[in-house]
Amino acid sequence: MPSAPPVLTPEQLEAFGRELDAIRARVVADLGERDVDYINRLIRVQRGLEVAGRGLLFFSLLPPAWIGGTAALSLSKILDNMEIGHNVMHGQYDWTGDERLNGKSFEWDTACPADQWRHSHNYMHHTHTNIVGKDSDIGYGILRMSEDEPWRPYYLGNPLYAGLLATFFQYGVAMHDVEAERIAAGESALDDEKREKLQAIWRKVKGQTLKDYVLFPLLSGPSFPFVLAGNATANLTRNLWAFTIIFCGHFPDGTEQFTEEETENETRGEWYYRQMLGSANLTGGKLFHILAGNLSYQIEHHLFPDLPAHRYGEISEEVREIRERYGIPYNTGPLHRQFGSVVRKIIKLALPPLPGLSRSEPAPGEPAAQAPPQKPAAAKASTRTLTAVKTSSRHPAAASTTSRNPVAPKARPRKRTAAV
Amino acid sequence: MAIRVLRSSEIRPRGLGRRVLRSSLLEALAYPHGVDRYVELVRPLLLGRDVRAEVTAVRYQTPKSVTLTLRPNENWRGFRAGQFVGVSVEVGGVRLTRPYSPAGCEQAADGALELTVSTHPEGRVSRHLRDHARPGLVVDLTQAQGEFVLPSPRPQRVLLISGGSGITPVMAMLRTLCQEGFAGEIGFLNYARSPTLALYDAELATLALRHEGLRVARGFTRARRSELPGRFGREHLAAVVRDHAAAATFVCGPPALIDSVRAVWAKDGLPEPAVETFTAPVLRFDTDGAEGRVSFTASGRQAANSGLPLLEQAEDAGLAPEHGCRMGICNTCSTRKSAGTVRNVISGGVSSAGEEQIRICVSVPVGDVALDL
Repeated sequence: MPSAPPVLTPEQLEAFGRELDAIRARVVADLGERDVDYINRLIRVQRGLEVAGRGLLFFSLLPPAWIGGTAALSLSKILDNMEIGHNVMHGQYDWTGDERLNGKSFEWDTACPADQWRHSHNYMHHTHTNIVGKDSDIGYGILRMSEDEPWRPYYLGNPLYAGLLATFFQYGVAMHDVEAERIAAGESALDDEKREKLQAIWRKVKGQTLKDYVLFPLLSGPSFPFVLAGNATANLTRNLWAFTIIFCGHFPDGTEQFTEEETENETRGEWYYRQMLGSANLTGGKLFHILAGNLSYQIEHHLFPDLPAHRYGEISEEVREIRERYGIPYNTGPLHRQFGSVVRKIIKLALPPLPGLSRSEPAPGEPAAQAPPQKPAAAKASTRTLTAVKTSSRHPAAASTTSRNPVAPKARPRKRTAAV
Repeated sequence: MAIRVLRSSEIRPRGLGRRVLRSSLLEALAYPHGVDRYVELVRPLLLGRDVRAEVTAVRYQTPKSVTLTLRPNENWRGFRAGQFVGVSVEVGGVRLTRPYSPAGCEQAADGALELTVSTHPEGRVSRHLRDHARPGLVVDLTQAQGEFVLPSPRPQRVLLISGGSGITPVMAMLRTLCQEGFAGEIGFLNYARSPTLALYDAELATLALRHEGLRVARGFTRARRSELPGRFGREHLAAVVRDHAAAATFVCGPPALIDSVRAVWAKDGLPEPAVETFTAPVLRFDTDGAEGRVSFTASGRQAANSGLPLLEQAEDAGLAPEHGCRMGICNTCSTRKSAGTVRNVISGGVSSAGEEQIRICVSVPVGDVALDL
């Protein structure tokens, strides 16, 4: 269990931000051939795997060819979406001036139109990371992933919805920018802009479907059903993998969520601080990081979303050292542990909060204000002194979702909720 | 080193091959990346649309230049003598595009292109090409552009004046005229710092021997001995042309040369000669008197007009518009202006207020401007 983060003074936050800016400036100054060669090599591998996979599937009447072809195509789609598509679309390679690596024009092999992804992910998610109500990556509008989201009987289906979302993840991502769930709930209107977005999604889905489920199967003649099954399996594999990695980015135990009022008028240092508290890393080997699109370095990615992702591993030690100096916990662990805690959270949050087991925990130096989770006690600025808030006294049951104020300067509501 | 080297078996796309590459079935199968993004990994020249060329020969005429022979793929539509092409190469991981004027004649066999690239101490692309270009290197090209061209039908008398690396477009004109068996009179004044730095010197001498109507004179501005003394002046004209007023004149070289030729023409009351320079002019911007606001409509950003070119203002606002030469030549930065008036800093011309494409690297706002960026 990672320990809770400290409250930093504005001066500390500023120094902290400057240190991170310095890392960024150093990497930017060093960008060059190595980075371009890396991404071009990866694109070559991905296109090679795709051609090989689709080629093998032509012979998929033979089981080994089906297995090999499906595996190659699955890997191709994973690389295309994660280490190539996601990262290129962040503009990580815009500095190369190569239009094929341009973040604004790149398209990827998945149902979501790149333009909509750039808005919902690059802007909405990366700017408003883990702000409940603003970052729709928190539960994708259909799951309850935060205690700040009031429980409704609908959420009893949380694990079921998560399973469905994982299975059809590419379509979930595609519908992200339309906020279909908000339209369904009557919170948002199906206006012209949304209609246009839906049309763009339809065009993209049509192109993807035509390729994977009509043309390639038809071209293979007698192997038709096997090619269809191979392509569907490759899409499914990519969906499950992407869901797993992405949900490990912001929901494992110890990641923090925030409220809109907490994050008003953030400084750059505060923004960095929120990005750190809201993200979690995964440990693994080099190949694992590549297949995860280096989102296994989610913390570094959220600090520097437009630096080439293969650099995250190199700077992670330095980021960790800075975090340790400021007493900020570094949330990392192997995939099974991090994902295990995400699954537990999905199940836990399906159930209504049990009032007896929720409590608001005061930090040392603060008045022990008891308050229900949804109505946090307002803390006085003067009492929220300086750095490390000791948390060893936290209730053993204190768990996953803590929502807290990352900065001290204003008297903002701060709460700590212990989930069951 | 990011140089892609081709095997000798590399083929140019045939007409049929290109039709197949552009077929909608293949496009549907290669969705969403497109056929080219797969084929280019194996055959860099076999593209449906983009122009690329392979370097087939490399020679060094002078210590400060490299002359490349290029074989473009079938998407290349040819050029008119005097035009330029944008050449993109990767230097240190960054793709850079620079304009170069082909120096060969329009009707070269199999569309081969000759580019002579002069190096500058600060020129990353020119130095990269001089140091690293070798047969097999593949470069991206734009189609030929530019209005600095020989008119058709050809004029009776042609006067060509060049300085330094500016010889390339007028060399293309000269070679084209010679190839066509041009019967009129051609005068050619060529300036270089010294004989060792003079480009195409031997070929000019040979052509002058072979073509009766061609008279060539050279000036070496930093050598002790020179056929023409010092820099360009009215007195040099007599060496190559009987009546400069009657000649269609094409000048390419550094701004100082162009200014002195213009001065002579202006004094004689002649219309402006056709000129071209690839040296960025020294521009002064009125940053104090700047008024109005610049709106970048696609990104929703706004900034007070700083009086600098819109490309720089966009970059200062945190945007990264596509651009190339930053001197109004390559058109890469061409952007739609949805409202407002701009002044072209090269020509001084002021645009209309409505919607139009503008080159943002050489356009400064006159009051409020809205750009589609």
